[in-house]
Amino acid sequence: MTDLVSVTIDGMTVQVPKGTSIIEAAKQAGVLVPHYCYHPSLPSPAVCRMCLVEVEKAPKLMPACVTTVMDGQVVHTDSEQARKARTGVLEFLLINHPLDCPICDQAGECELQDYTFQEGRDSTRYGDYAKRYNPVEDFGPDVLYVANRCILCTRCVRFMDDVARQPVLNVSERGDRAYIGIDEGQLLDHAWAGNVVDLCPVGSLISKDFLHKARAWDLDKSASVCTGCSQGCNVMIDTRDNTVVRLRPRPNLDVNRHFICDHGRMNYRWMNRGDRIEAPLLREGSRHVASDWAPALVRLGELAAKGGKAVVLASGNASLEALGMVKALLKSSTATLAVQLPMAESEEPLGGVPNLALRRERAANGDGARLLGYSTDWQAAVKAASAADLVILLDVTLTDAEAALVGGAMAVVVLGTLLGQELPAAQLILPVTTVAEEHGVFVNRDLRVQRYQQARTAPGLARPAWWIASEAGRLEPSTAAEAFALVANLVPALAGLTYGDLGLTGRVVRAAVPSPQGA
Amino acid sequence: MGYPHPSHAKETPVLSKYFGDAGARTFEGWVKRGGYEGLKKALGMSREQIIEEVKASGLRGRGGAGFPTGMKWSFMAKEVVKPHYLVCNADESEPGTFKDREIIRWTPHQLLEGCAIAAHAIGAERIYVYIRGEFTPEHRILTAAVEDAYKNGALGANVFGSGRRIDAVVHRGAGAYICGEETAMMNSIEGKRGNPRIKPPFPAVAGLWACPTTINNVETLSAVPHILMRGSEWYKGLCLSNPKSTGTKLISVCGHVQKPGNYEITMGTPMKELIYDMCGGMRPGRSLKAVIPGGSSVPIMTAAEIEDCPMDYEGIVAKGSMLGSGGMIVMDDSTDMVYQVMRLARFYAHESCAQCTQCREGTAWTTKILERILAGKGKPEDIELLLDLADNMTGKTICVLSDSCAAPVVSAIKKFRGEFDAYLSRMKRPATVGA
Repeated sequence: MTDLVSVTIDGMTVQVPKGTSIIEAAKQAGVLVPHYCYHPSLPSPAVCRMCLVEVEKAPKLMPACVTTVMDGQVVHTDSEQARKARTGVLEFLLINHPLDCPICDQAGECELQDYTFQEGRDSTRYGDYAKRYNPVEDFGPDVLYVANRCILCTRCVRFMDDVARQPVLNVSERGDRAYIGIDEGQLLDHAWAGNVVDLCPVGSLISKDFLHKARAWDLDKSASVCTGCSQGCNVMIDTRDNTVVRLRPRPNLDVNRHFICDHGRMNYRWMNRGDRIEAPLLREGSRHVASDWAPALVRLGELAAKGGKAVVLASGNASLEALGMVKALLKSSTATLAVQLPMAESEEPLGGVPNLALRRERAANGDGARLLGYSTDWQAAVKAASAADLVILLDVTLTDAEAALVGGAMAVVVLGTLLGQELPAAQLILPVTTVAEEHGVFVNRDLRVQRYQQARTAPGLARPAWWIASEAGRLEPSTAAEAFALVANLVPALAGLTYGDLGLTGRVVRAAVPSPQGA
Repeated sequence: MGYPHPSHAKETPVLSKYFGDAGARTFEGWVKRGGYEGLKKALGMSREQIIEEVKASGLRGRGGAGFPTGMKWSFMAKEVVKPHYLVCNADESEPGTFKDREIIRWTPHQLLEGCAIAAHAIGAERIYVYIRGEFTPEHRILTAAVEDAYKNGALGANVFGSGRRIDAVVHRGAGAYICGEETAMMNSIEGKRGNPRIKPPFPAVAGLWACPTTINNVETLSAVPHILMRGSEWYKGLCLSNPKSTGTKLISVCGHVQKPGNYEITMGTPMKELIYDMCGGMRPGRSLKAVIPGGSSVPIMTAAEIEDCPMDYEGIVAKGSMLGSGGMIVMDDSTDMVYQVMRLARFYAHESCAQCTQCREGTAWTTKILERILAGKGKPEDIELLLDLADNMTGKTICVLSDSCAAPVVSAIKKFRGEFDAYLSRMKRPATVGA
């Protein structure tokens, strides 16, 4: 048990562990101390001087980010002194900050805007001096440095030094001539470098990918989980008018802290693809005919009820609900279940955070599939498919050779998202939703069961795969939550779990799963 | 002595006794003049005994802060678990200060002897002498002296056969004023950007390479051999005013006096005596206007304030300024105070390390406003603005560079308001501000 100390912040007394900084203790008291250089996932240099607060009995204002609480301490974050100091810092920061908010990507989610609005001066005393000028620099694959907007908080430098451990950024020059420099001949090409854009409290480090794409206040945000690998980083999917415009990290101290890798960050354009299967297609003779859901579900129900040998070939990014409900649909068959897990050559770790890397297994739900008894022996399952009575393809794109083998089955049902996944021989081709279009659950490599939420509406008649299985098999669930509850009970480790238990940061379960292939 | 002038009768030459005497530079020459006896004596004493002796002498830091030296040494751990380091601050950069340069130039062994005694007292085996980059001849002299000291056993694995190891490294700065700040200096020695660190931890706990470290000024360390040789009682007796300020102090006098130079005075000597007797007073036909008594970072004093001001830590504080480093800038009635303050602010704006917002932006903005006033483009509200910026820049940053920029501005406005108003009301012709 850690020692607790009692501290009073703006009249609210809270108990916090010894060694806690005032800024973190204030959060417990419901007070956000304005700050720029401080970030909970970086070392604190106390240079922006924005978080100066009044501590009773201290001779001067103290930086809340590096001052640790002491028992009985009384802190005022909103005293006249503290407020004047902050207004002073804001004024100093603004004298050289361009008024280009109307064309700045950060506008609307800019901490300089927010705090200035909150307690900045309403007019300038700087007069008509020209502001400091430095040209825009291209730092690397996705990052532009707009030096004129920089407030020298050095979060980016510290991220590269202490977290990415590829120290290529620096503070160049001195005094008010200072700017963020990049070492000669270097690029900001670390696999996790894109985080500097999120860390930047102003619009100084910006993403080329997001450049002038949308205004922050026009975005809808949905909590999701990255499908880039088996790490299961928590992300936010930002959409504008039903179009996914970017992915950003969503803090989860136990999985990805405040970071995501560039591979995951850029892994979203496919969510907006227009070449989608949009209606159920039923085979009539030698061709497929679009139909409503009802006849398609009836036909799938009939195929599943026949029993015999069934094979499921599923994507590693299919939700736990989809994998589990398809399994439940085939309860009268002898089913071979397999999941496709692309493997990369190597991991890309983020050195400063334990157990955080872009993993070799490039799919989000490998362990969810394993828990449900899905095999990772893809080739064997494809071979078995050639002699099966029913093959269900769940959002997979087969090679020509694999498609030829699968074509040998008595019946093939394609649950697909993209055009190109449909097979000529398929009895049924049914449109399903992607991770961005449904609620669901993934299980990451540490057996953390995590929810993701729908971020955009699905095209046409596409439906979640779990819903299709549920309707076709006349199973109970009619919501994702009910589907999860049913599927959880198929796996001893998950038995009894509900969406309510998972919360925003997921829940780790204990179970023995086969070790990832080749890892 | 008032180098380059002959010693004045009212001076007390202890550290400066051999200024101008090139023979004192060599190891042999220094020994001939009684050198290294203090170190030999110290090697026969325990750490505690040396620290007690220095504490009893009342010696205080000569770099500017005036912290009691013996007490600083006593903060170092008794048990040497991690290596201890002594850093000698020879990065003399405070505008108006040029005493350490003379100590190194004429008596490098005096400094090295003091360093070795201090290293012994704090349990350090390694000394870093961080010398200002622009001190090219002094660097050459000091490096030669270190070699000389090694050759003669005053440094090395077995100092004077005592079995004690003391090594010295001369580290050359690259021209940043801020590296004279002790934690910035440690960063600089470590090869990092010379930015001041947040305290705590204090250097005695986690300094150079996170090991216990003591940092002392050149003049402080140079006084130590004399204290050991002649005793703390003698040193304590060198006091003409407040008993908390003891010994001698080198005052670098520059500006409008007849004989600028380095004067070694007994603590408590009246400031008037220094300016009018030792330095020969003002230039003919001129009268005293203002004095910056302790390097550019301290508040400006008026002629009236120096009337009965003793030169020691307490005496100058009582008059609203500080003894600081002892870099005294004397200004006569030909001085444009607004221009002088602008020059100081410009210096600080150039030297700000850029870490803290108030300093990075405030020093530069202050300079711009002062330049504008001088150019005849000031606005009446500029005075209030300068004072408010100074308030926002004081006591809010990691180190005191920002405060140092604000102090002369505030004191100049307070004491010479009329000169600002003359520019603001266009009574005075605009001055050329240069770049």
